[in-house]
Amino acid sequence: MKRHTLPGFGITLGYTLVYLTLIVLIPLAALFLKTQSGGWHHFWETITSPQVVASYKVSFGISFLAAAVNGVLGVLAAWVLVRYRFPGRRLLDAMVDLPFALPTAVAGIALTTLFAPNEWIGQFFAYTQPLGAWASPQSPTGAWLATQDWARPYLGPTGIRIAYTQIGIFIALTFIGLPFVVRTVQPVIQDLSLDVEEAAACLGASRWQTFTRVVLPGLLPAIFTGVTLAYGRAVGEYGSVVFISGNLPFQTQITPMLIISKLEDYDYTGAAGLGFVMLLASFAILLVSNFLQAWNNRRNGVA
Amino acid sequence: MKILTLAGLALAALAGSALAAPTILNVSYDPTRELYADFDAVFAKHWKEKTGQDLKIDQSHGGSGKQARSVIDGLEADVVTLALAYDIDSIAQKAKLLPEDWQKRLPNNSSPYTSTIVFLVRKGNPKGIQDWPDLLKTGVEVITPNPRTSGGARWNYLAAWADALKRNGGDEAKAREFVTELFKHVPVLDSGARGSTVTFTERGIGDVLLAWENEAYLALQQKPDQFEIITPKVSILAEPPVAVVDKIVDRKGTREVATAYLEYLYTPEGQDIVAKHFYRPTDPTVKAKYADKFPALELVTIDDTFGGWANAQKVHFENGGIFDQIYQPQAR
Repeated sequence: MKRHTLPGFGITLGYTLVYLTLIVLIPLAALFLKTQSGGWHHFWETITSPQVVASYKVSFGISFLAAAVNGVLGVLAAWVLVRYRFPGRRLLDAMVDLPFALPTAVAGIALTTLFAPNEWIGQFFAYTQPLGAWASPQSPTGAWLATQDWARPYLGPTGIRIAYTQIGIFIALTFIGLPFVVRTVQPVIQDLSLDVEEAAACLGASRWQTFTRVVLPGLLPAIFTGVTLAYGRAVGEYGSVVFISGNLPFQTQITPMLIISKLEDYDYTGAAGLGFVMLLASFAILLVSNFLQAWNNRRNGVA
Repeated sequence: MKILTLAGLALAALAGSALAAPTILNVSYDPTRELYADFDAVFAKHWKEKTGQDLKIDQSHGGSGKQARSVIDGLEADVVTLALAYDIDSIAQKAKLLPEDWQKRLPNNSSPYTSTIVFLVRKGNPKGIQDWPDLLKTGVEVITPNPRTSGGARWNYLAAWADALKRNGGDEAKAREFVTELFKHVPVLDSGARGSTVTFTERGIGDVLLAWENEAYLALQQKPDQFEIITPKVSILAEPPVAVVDKIVDRKGTREVATAYLEYLYTPEGQDIVAKHFYRPTDPTVKAKYADKFPALELVTIDDTFGGWANAQKVHFENGGIFDQIYQPQAR
């Protein structure tokens, strides 16, 4: 007979169901019912209007980019934290979690303050500075950029604009997504046995071969999971983005901002509709994440 | 017996203190923070002299629309002092907390003070901005919040529209063209008026901030060496209204003090405080006293130019309204 640490399947399952119902299912069902209170037509019109569709592109597109970049840089950070010993490593390790702990509004204001044109980092992108000179209207590249429609939002009067553009949103979303990737990948790197890498080297594999053929396959599922989690978080992010995005319709307006705008119109149904779309998207993302995790476990023989 | 007496005394003391120290909540909008901090102290003193009661006044500030929603959703406001009559209308219509003709109960459409929209520019006015058409000069960047989420931004938008109408002999198409062009000069649409002020004054974005006159003066007061106020020839008359919330004051038994509170705004003392905080007073004598502080300009009203707030809201700011239409995907 198999022994369970927690006794009583009936009680634990019952508790789980009640808990899930109260905390998750009832609010979500209420949200869904609210979307239907204005009728199917209003719901459909709200979630497919051009401004809303443009905001999906901004929210989902930039979140994807940010998660992808975290997929590379986060793995690098995890690798450094696990494999190397250096002074300040523990401090750095703790700092990875800061985006989790910091109220998102604080993060947003801090990032905006850094990247606004007249501030710490923003000032280096002025046209008079080396980092911004290539985009100045006097330079050939800058003159060409000025003729391009897509580049115009980034060309401020005195320098390259970072805060209040899509780049600003990207920076905020990268910031809040980083811990998800690092924290998922870190334990897996810890579990990788060095013997295998040494064996690969003994058998004549180059560093690149060892990395792509031996190390990466083991890490890949964890990386995917981390990236999907970071993506899911970024899609719903409001607090930090609202400060650094310019909030211009069709350019830098994220979907959560439009929900607020609907509430301002007393259009609770429309707001609920958008919320429901975001919910479905997040659910799909989390589902993918769960499948990846299961796949990961099977491959690692945990199951 | 002794215990009973004590208990009775304690009860009486409790009841007495409840009577002696009424508390009222004033739900207001963002830029009135400093005004009401000042006014509340003066009124509490006045109330103490008159009735002997220690009055406690709580304040709540935020975006006007959001504040109205909080009251509808159950925030127990004794009085509301908001940016738009439309927001108090919503409270009357959706939550039925006060009669729909609330605006007739106090003088001047229930607006003890008025304000208008002016330009805040950088010191020395480097882009030479004097009036509305200058905002469309090449390279000029204009900062205003999003009219869909900010009451103040709606005034900005309507002021621009009204000015364009005046210049073009009432041609709506021309006005729409002007406002469409104007929003192409806006690099950041913050969600609220204070957000825009911060973007302009702290982040250094933009050449001109469209702002409430009182917000502009506040910014100027804080950094007199960095900004200048430009008063355009034509702007809009903003009448931020005030009202007692009947259902709540009747339940809490605070009708008398809440009414006195709002009426005190209309007295010369109240009007003086209002003017000190850069709102335009409505009392003729106080108005004359501060005449040099507030430059004269032509003020148009919502009722005359836009057929009232409800209509302006419907035509311009509702989902799919003109503001939504002027933002098109290929507009840039």
